[in-house]
This record gives sequence, structure tokens and C-alpha cells, in this order.
Amino acid sequence: MDVLKAMLRQPAALFGFIVVVTVVAMAIAAPLIAPYSPDNQMFDGLTLEGAPMPPSGQFLLGTDTLGRDLFSRMLFGARTSLVIGLVANGIAVAIGLFIGILSGYLRGIVGGLLMRFTDLMMAFPALLLAIVLAALLRPSLWIVAMVIALVNWVQVARIVYTETRGLVERDFILAERSLGAGHLRILFMHILPHLIPTAIVWGTLGIATTVLLEATLSFLGIGVQPPQPSWGNIIFESQSYFQAAPWLVFFPGAIILLTALSFNLVGDALRDILDPTQRGRG
Amino acid sequence: MFKSWLRNTTIATVLALAPLPSFAQDTPQQGGDIIVTYKDDIATLDPAIGYDWVNWSMIKSLYSRLMDYEPGTANLVPSLAETFEVSDDGLTYTFKLRKGVKFTNGREVVASDVKYSIERAVNPKTQGPGAGFFGAIKGFEDVTAGKTTTLEGITAPDDSTVTFHLSRPDATFLHVLAINFASVVPHEAVEAAGGDFGKKPVGSGTFILKDWTIGQHLVFERNPDYFVKDMPHIDKFTVEVGQEPLVALLRLQKGEVDIAGDGIPPAKFLEIKNSADGPKMIVDGQQLQTGYITLNTKVKPLDNLKVRQALNMAINKDRITRILNGRATAASQPLPPLMPGYDKSFTGYAYDVEKAKALLAEAGFPTGFETVLYSTNTDPQPRIAQAVQQDLAAVGVKAEVRALAQANVIAAGGTEGEAPMIWSGGMAWIADFPDPSNFYGPILGCSGAVAGGWNWSWYCNQDIDKRAVAADSMSDPAKVAERSATWGKIFTDIMADAPWIPLINERRVVAKSLRMGGADNIYIDPTRVINYDAIYVKQ
Amino acid sequence: MVLLVLRRLVQTALILLGVAAITFLLLYALPADPARMIAGRSATAQTVANIRRELGLDQPLLVQFWAYLQGIAHGDLGRSYAQKTDVGSLIAARIPATLVLMAAGILLEVVLGLTFGIIAALRRGGVIDRAVMMASFIGVSAPQFVVALLLLYVFAVTLGWFPMSGFGTPAHVVLPAMTLGILGAGWYARMVRSAMIDVLNQDYVRTARAKGLSSARIILRHALPNAMLPIIAMIGIDIGQFMGGVVVVEAVYGWPGIGQLAWQAIQQVDIPIIMGVTLVSALAIVLGNLVADTIAPLIDPRIRAR
Repeated sequence: MDVLKAMLRQPAALFGFIVVVTVVAMAIAAPLIAPYSPDNQMFDGLTLEGAPMPPSGQFLLGTDTLGRDLFSRMLFGARTSLVIGLVANGIAVAIGLFIGILSGYLRGIVGGLLMRFTDLMMAFPALLLAIVLAALLRPSLWIVAMVIALVNWVQVARIVYTETRGLVERDFILAERSLGAGHLRILFMHILPHLIPTAIVWGTLGIATTVLLEATLSFLGIGVQPPQPSWGNIIFESQSYFQAAPWLVFFPGAIILLTALSFNLVGDALRDILDPTQRGRG
Repeated sequence: MFKSWLRNTTIATVLALAPLPSFAQDTPQQGGDIIVTYKDDIATLDPAIGYDWVNWSMIKSLYSRLMDYEPGTANLVPSLAETFEVSDDGLTYTFKLRKGVKFTNGREVVASDVKYSIERAVNPKTQGPGAGFFGAIKGFEDVTAGKTTTLEGITAPDDSTVTFHLSRPDATFLHVLAINFASVVPHEAVEAAGGDFGKKPVGSGTFILKDWTIGQHLVFERNPDYFVKDMPHIDKFTVEVGQEPLVALLRLQKGEVDIAGDGIPPAKFLEIKNSADGPKMIVDGQQLQTGYITLNTKVKPLDNLKVRQALNMAINKDRITRILNGRATAASQPLPPLMPGYDKSFTGYAYDVEKAKALLAEAGFPTGFETVLYSTNTDPQPRIAQAVQQDLAAVGVKAEVRALAQANVIAAGGTEGEAPMIWSGGMAWIADFPDPSNFYGPILGCSGAVAGGWNWSWYCNQDIDKRAVAADSMSDPAKVAERSATWGKIFTDIMADAPWIPLINERRVVAKSLRMGGADNIYIDPTRVINYDAIYVKQ
Repeated sequence: MVLLVLRRLVQTALILLGVAAITFLLLYALPADPARMIAGRSATAQTVANIRRELGLDQPLLVQFWAYLQGIAHGDLGRSYAQKTDVGSLIAARIPATLVLMAAGILLEVVLGLTFGIIAALRRGGVIDRAVMMASFIGVSAPQFVVALLLLYVFAVTLGWFPMSGFGTPAHVVLPAMTLGILGAGWYARMVRSAMIDVLNQDYVRTARAKGLSSARIILRHALPNAMLPIIAMIGIDIGQFMGGVVVVEAVYGWPGIGQLAWQAIQQVDIPIIMGVTLVSALAIVLGNLVADTIAPLIDPRIRAR
């Protein structure tokens, strides 16, 4: 509780915390809040010529190209997108950290093999895997989450690997070593803290990119299928309408931005409180 | 029997209902360079291989064929042929070639070139998709089986005469000689290209390919020696590929582009339509196309006729045309309205939710059932699938929409028992030639209901199949009207079995710059999409 | 050092072999029949069977794979199913444009990212820092397609400063590179900032400061080289990704890069092209990482090459 209190004393962190809690709460309570069913293609949701309706009292954030209420779709879409942005992306960053530290710290064959394995995974045709899975399996949110986790960890691993290689040669690590500190102690007490900022950067910027990536993968057939909404596929479906119906791109884009940014603010604040020596990084 | 050909044409003229503008057109002018854009690369310009709607019209202009169509219509006319005769039993066709026609490599076109070109299209080594069209020619089976490379049914007694002997009467044979696969190519150029003829085409058509920079552009220049005077009208057209349709339209509005080949994306349509110059830039016309949903007769519970009929009544087609901004009309039968044999009086299954529910209850599904609806994944297809999904839900049928890449949908359709319903959008049948038989065999006939086939309803009615064969044997030109009516009845009778939900007839929309002239039906030509020979630039 | 690079090159060949095998297997598992796709909708069963035989698709998987590897050994990537021409020439035609956009895009990302990252690190918590952070998040949250079209609309349609579409002159590359730079610079800026602050907190930098060394000197001599490590790794990653093609940006600006070729091939199940593009981009990824790993010890001599 002390951590929470300390965090809420910073205005930026407080803002981030409120947004995060609100978004998560709205995702959970979507059926209670949503004014319409997210899949309902309403007759009065389109103009006579078939164009979507701009935001109004009736449709808070306007309607999409099938005459569905955008606000309701964004509420339900939050469920999909939070799973992708938090769970899938979180797993990717965790795996990347783990493999990256190990291959950077361990010398000899094991470290080398780990990194070559990372290279192989990076060169792996992910889109193709997506298409094959789409054709073989019943599409679901969890498959797309799995693919994202499987594909995205490699970049984190590369960065962490390079950083770790730099860290292990620093004076303080060498000093610890000569004092006879064990590997685990060095890894967790001395190297990991220096990598947390990197993890925060990738963990938070990654929320936005994976939420958008989900739309591409779902388009290829492995993820959520229409009419189930996600923030990514709302944007993806309507991005060519950005002139005719800017609200269809602006609102989901803004919520993705806001969510990712807020997690970053919260993450920074948490790290500052837990490890004061690293204040300001990330 | 040249006379019989004339009669044939007059009937075809009546049937060709391509929308002709009521105002008088300017006379075509010679000259001018234009720019055309497409999103995808041009696959190949080899007439024995090219089979997509983009290269279709370019191949038409690069080569000539014995028969062709009057620009903008479905009227067959001799082209490379000067005259032709059909024997009374409909089994022998004799063509006299035009004299003095030259390939663009300078050599004169002779009768043996015609024989060579069709044999090449049929030869398995060519890997051409159009071989099957020539199935009526004697000796066809031997060539496709790889026993020989020459078709015994084609003979060239002298340089200007070519004769076809058929193993069965084929009422569509003249159309077959007008499709791209029958284009005449010089064998020496094919051999010289060493398998790359599709990138180095040589023909005797209205245009010559001057340059092909892969991934960027193709330059076509007029063939100064083309055998019809004052054809084509433009001097040159450049095809720019890799052009996103939205950007192509911005460029067109700025005057950088003359024809946006991919049409107007839904996102931009209303804006352009309602703009000041909109009506002059949009060409909006009917094509020989029907969009449909296949109901798999081999998948439960769609094997139940009452269920299929109920689903036919459940769809609100007018709402779908509204989602498409009015760029389509509701369909009632497999044939599109422009096709000979289309039955105007046939109304099909009217939209009636209550009746649909009652039929489902009768069939034993009072609370509906769950099923899957496949669709391709490019806008607006998933949206149409979702509209259908909502209509089905209203009668209790829960359809899961699966929007996949086109190749996967086609594969699912061709696998027995795999796809209960498929929305054909993006892959819908567009006629190869304007004859009703073209809408039967592969997509509704027993021959298409095989693994890897295109009859995704897996519908096979032996009785209908027999009637189809009989109708195709009516090759006597005097019976053209009777034959069309016979075909029309076949399609409306098929609807009693309800293997499809005929959904909409989509119109094609092309955007052209203000300086482009020519009637609308030249930009949406029923047999070749854009007719590069007939378009012209207003000075 | 030479030996090290040689060893890595051998490993690279092995990785490529692995990628080729995986890709081949995936394509084989794909339930879309290439013979059917080529044959089109009007083909008879006989035609399809003939095409399948001509392409060798009726052979066992291992035989097909072996034949493919033999082709590669002779520099032959096979023939495209749909375009009926040499895959090598199709890819080669698109390499120049891909390289130009890759170089320009990465250059912009790095210049923008370094500049703003360093400023943000030095003024941490300040207005500039906050603005850079905000801009980074806008960059990654904005859909590429929309940003590309907006830039096109403003700079090409309205102002007319740059051509709208195509490839050839330096003016053509500005907008596509700008799109990639603006969208990607956020990553670099955040990483540079984070690494810089870490270094600035180090004892030896504090000592240097206490000794009265000027901040410019501290930044250039001590902080920047350390901060460059992750940046080098990121450039290595970007090289690989850009060589695989940047589909959306290429499409909007009519840029004849590899991405458009790959995307079309995937839609058409044109297996030889998919294989070819995958291998080329795999090669770029592995080489990019190799270069990054080789450069790292040069920048930070304490890192031993391995």
C-alpha cells in the first residue's frame, strides 16, 4: 500500500493510474456501459447513401461503415486489445529479457547457440506461420496472442543481449565477481536492474504496436473474426475512411495512445519507488 | 453461311443491353498518351496463361483472334477472320483469314499460326488455365493426356484457310475463338523468348509492348500497321503498377492519371460522386457478374432443401446494396441481367423473415442452428458477410464469419464437407464470354462438384446436367433465342433447389480523368473490362 | 577476428538452411493448392493434374525440397507460378528501391531518435522530455496507412513539394522515408534516453563531472558510446525488417520495393516468390545482426568479440 501511496503522490503517475484503472474497468463492465450491442448494424446507423454517422447525442462516438455504434464497439474491443497489449506483449518482453540476459551473460557455446536461435527466430516468416495457422486452426484471440508472443520476443532479446554484453564488462560487475559473488546474485542484483528501463520501453511502446499488429494478423484469419471488435481491427477496417469519417480512426487511435502512455507513466513511477538509484530512467 | 452469322449478330445486338448514354458522343479523335494505374503487378501477357481481369484487357489489345466483339457490346464479329462458314451439323467451322495482316515482328499471319497458337494453349507443358475451353475440338483428349502435341481437329489447307472439326456440337464455339486463349502468336517469338513470352509478347493486335520495368510500369504503343484503319485511337498508354487505389484517385483528381483501373474504393466513392466533377469522372456500369452465397448441399443441415430455401428468404439484399453505397442491385437468379437468358419475370425468393422462420421450423430447426460463413478479407467483402450474418441471426441461424485470404477460401470451397457457406465476393463469377452456359458447368454443374472444383455448393442435379448438355448442342444460329430461353429456364429451375443465395449484381465503377472520351460501355466493356482500342482523348 | 567472422558466416548458412526448411514445410502445410490457383476457375481436373505434374508438385516433399536446394546452389530461385518468370529477376528488380528506402528510413529514424533522445535525457522530467515521450507514443500508436496518406496529402497534393508516387529521383524518397522515420524514431528516442540516463548515473561519469569536464565532452566521450550499444542492435533489427519490405508505405507511395511483391505472392500462394523473399529477408536479418555484433566491440572496446 505504501508503494501505491507513494506513486499516487506524483501527478503524472496518478493520471496514468486513473486511465489504466478506467480502461480496465470499462472493458470488464462493457455489457453494462455500452449503449448498444457492439454487433448491431442499425438501420439508422447509416445515412441514406450508406455513409457512417458522425458523433452525435444518439451515437456518442459516431457509427462505423456497417451502422454499428463505435463507442459500444470500442468498449468491447478493449477486452481483446488489452489481452494482446498486456498479456501477449508482456510474455514477449519477459521471454526476450530471459533469453537476452542468458545469452549475453553466458559465454561459450550456450550463449552463442541461444543467440543463433534468436537469429533464426527473427528470420522466421511470421506472416506465413499466421496464414498456415489460420487455415489449420479455428481462429481465436489466444492463437493470435500466442503468435505475437512467439514473434515479438526476439527483438527484445537482441537488445537485452547487446546491453548485457556491455554491462558484464563494467567495473562494478567485475568487482563483484572478484569478490566471489555467485552468478544468480550478479544477474538479479546487478544486471537486471539496469535492464528494467529497457523492459519498460518495450513493454509500453509494445502495447501500441502489438494492438495494431493484432489487426493485421486477424486480417489474415488467425485472430478475432468479424464481427468481434478490437481496437486494432476497428482502425484497420476503416483506415481508408480517415477523410470521409475521421472519427473511425481518431477515437480508437487515441485510446491506444492513451493506454500505452498511461502504462508507461505507471511503470516509470513504480520503478522509481522500487529502485531509487535508477530515478528518472525509462 | 455468312448470312447465318449476320442473323446471329442482330440477335446478339438486341441482347446486348450495355448502358448506352443517351446524349450524342463526340467522334473519336486520334492521338494522345494516357496513364492507367493498378495496384497489383501485371502477372503475364502470355495469352495462353493470363487469366485475371487486369491483364485480360491488355492481352486483348496486344493480340488478335479469329473472332472478336464490337467495342462495348457482346456482338461477335470476325476479326482476324474475314469470313467463316459453319456446316449444317455444327461440327465443322471454316475460316478465311484476312490478307496482309502482320505480326509486329514483321511476318505475315498465316493459318498455321492459328493452329499453333491453340495447340499451344491446350498443351499441358504451357500450364495454361484455358485449355478446357477447346474441349470440343477433335483430338483434344489426346493432347491434354500428353499423347501428342497437335490437334487433329484443326487443319490449315492453305495459308489463308483454317478449319476446325469438332467432336460434338458446341454452340459457344465462336465465343471460344474470341477469348484470349485463342489469340494468335508467332511461334518463332515464343521460342525466342525461352519461356518468358509473357514478358516479351509479340502479337498482331492494336498495341505493342515497348517497355516493361518490373514493379513499376509497362508502356504500350499503338501498332501503326494494325489492320483496322484508325484503330486504336490513342498513341500510347502507360500502365503504372503498385498504385494504391486511394492514391491513384488523388492523382487522378490532380490530373496525373487518366484511368484508375482498380475503380473507386468505397471510402472515396461518395466524396467523388457528390463532387462537382464527379459525374464526369465516374463510369458506373453493369457487368456480367453475380455475387452469391453458396449453400453446401453436402453439409448438414444445409442438405435440407427447406433450410436452403429459408436462408434464401432471410437475407435483406436491399440493405446490402445500401452498404455498397448503391453500387449494386439485388439479384434473384444466377444469371446477371445483361446475360442472354436472364428471366426478368423471375422474382426468386422474396425477403420474408416470418416465412423463413416457418420453413426452418418445418425442417426441424425451430430454434435455428450454427454454421460457418466464409468470405475473402478485402473490403467490402467482410462487411457484406457481416450484414448477412446479422440477417441470418434474425431467423435464429448463428453463422460464424471466417474472413480469410482468397486462396484459403477457394481451398475450403473445393474441399468436400468443409465450408457450409461461402460469400463469393472478390471471387465472384464474371463471365469469360457473354453466353449463359458459362455460368453453369464449373460453378453449378456436376463436373465442378469435385475436390478442388469451383462448385462450392457441391450441387449436382443429373437432370439439369442433361438439359445443359442438350442446350449447348443447339448450335444452329437460327435457334439462338430458343437456346437462350432454354438456358434461362435451367437457371430458374436450379433456384427451386436453392443451392445458392443469389445476392447482388455488382456494378463496376471506373474513374477516368475529364479529358478521356468515349462511351461508358468502352470503359466497362462486357467482354474486356477496359477497351484500350476504343478509348480516346478529347483534345 | 577474421576467424570469428568466418565462423559466423558458416552459422549464417546454417540458419538460412533452417529458415528454408521451415518455410518449405509451412507452405506444404498450407491448405491451398497452387496448381488449382494457377489453373483458375475454368480448368478441368485433367488440366489441374497436368499443371501439378509440370511443376513437380506431385513429387514427395523431400524430393521437392532437394530440387529447390539444388537450384539455390546454382543461384536459381525457381520460377514464379503466377508470373511465369524467374523469381531471382523479380526480386533483383526490387532490391534497389528496397535498399534506398531502407537506408533513408533508418538514417532518419536514427538522426531524429538520437537528437531527441539525448535532449530528453539531459532535460529529464522537463517539458522537452515530456514532449518527446508524447511524440514517441503518438508515433507508435498511429496507423502507418493514415500517417502516410496524411503526409502525402499535405506535402504532395496540397503543397506540391514532392511527387505523389513513384521511384527514381531523390525527391521521391523523401515522403516514404519521412513516414518511416517519424513512426520509428520514437523507439530510438526512448532507448537512447534510457541508456543515456543509465550512463550519466554511473560513478565514472559523476567523477568526470566532478573533475570539471565539460558536459559536451562527457556526452561525446563517455555517455554516447555506451548509449550507442542498444541503438546498434536496433539498427541491425531494422535492416532485416526493412529488407523484408514495408508493405503499407510502399503501397501508399507506389514504391517498387520487396514488400509489395511479398504481399501479392502471399495472397496468390505463389510459393517460389514467398520462398525467395523469405530467404532474402532472412539473409538480411542475419547479416544485419552479424554487422551489429561486429561493430559493438569497436564502439565499446571492453566488450570482447565472440
